[in-house]
Amino acid sequence: MDYRISEPVVGPRGEDILPASVTTAVKVVIVGGFGVGKTTLVGSVSEIRPLTTEEIMTQAGAGVDDLAGVERKSETTVAMDFGRITLNDELVLYVFGTPGQQRFWFLWNGLFEGALGAVVLIDTRRLEDSFDVMGRLEERGVPFIVAINAFPDAPSYPVSELRQALDIPDQVPVIDCDARERGSSRDGLLTLMRYLHTLTTTTAEPR
Amino acid sequence: MSEPERQKKQAWEEGGPERLYVLTSGRQPAERQAPLDMVTLIVSRGEAGPGMQPELAAIVRICDYPLSVAELSAYLHLPVSVVTVLLTELLASNHVEARASVPAKSLPDIELLEAVMHGLQNL
Repeated sequence: MDYRISEPVVGPRGEDILPASVTTAVKVVIVGGFGVGKTTLVGSVSEIRPLTTEEIMTQAGAGVDDLAGVERKSETTVAMDFGRITLNDELVLYVFGTPGQQRFWFLWNGLFEGALGAVVLIDTRRLEDSFDVMGRLEERGVPFIVAINAFPDAPSYPVSELRQALDIPDQVPVIDCDARERGSSRDGLLTLMRYLHTLTTTTAEPR
Repeated sequence: MSEPERQKKQAWEEGGPERLYVLTSGRQPAERQAPLDMVTLIVSRGEAGPGMQPELAAIVRICDYPLSVAELSAYLHLPVSVVTVLLTELLASNHVEARASVPAKSLPDIELLEAVMHGLQNL
């Protein structure tokens, strides 16, 4: 990634411009391990070509990233893909895909603040990737649902087994999802919203 | 290009700390001001002035219509933290306004959720 200043900055394409009347932006976050389909999900549901935003990571990878041969590299960048859905004349939804590995958790500080909720995307071939992520979301009080991305060669487990294996609380929805399909990705976001709705209407009860 | 030259050029273009420091004049994001979220919408209040720092002018120009901080970061090829510093300056000089994102609460409003669901269903 290079940061350019000499080239003219190109803004959104004509068809990607938000209406001037939009006043409110909300966000949801798609979390999961590397290669689990976050970028695919963002791309399938976004009305714009997904964009990439970056943040600088300074020595956050110390002891984790292999620095052999590049010892002088003290900073690196972490990319997050995001897409956009204009919901009506006033409201726009941003969908961020962010890495779930522990060394990227510093990114969560700004990202989960004010997020409506999160979708934890799971690849049944690598369940362990999502375990820490869910614990971290619970710690932060970020409501989430679990979506199992259907990879053709991935083992299929009954939802009850996955719940047990991943220690997913009973009330948290677990759904199947095909991140490549717009309708399926959209349904994943809808499941999250319905779950949030339920949580909000039952806030009087202790969790 | 000779190898040392190439390395030097790369070090600058890769967004090393030196260049980002120059871009922001060493300023830090203002902690006391309303924090800029990734999805805070930025809208210009006028035209870019002559002699304005190119990055600042670019922001004013492309925020003709509302753009989120994340989109600005993507279009400017700059990290969010750097964009935030530049925006703090533009907000202070009234070149842009920020449309506050929904305040962080433990749980969002029912009406907001219903609007989101309705919008998603219409996709």
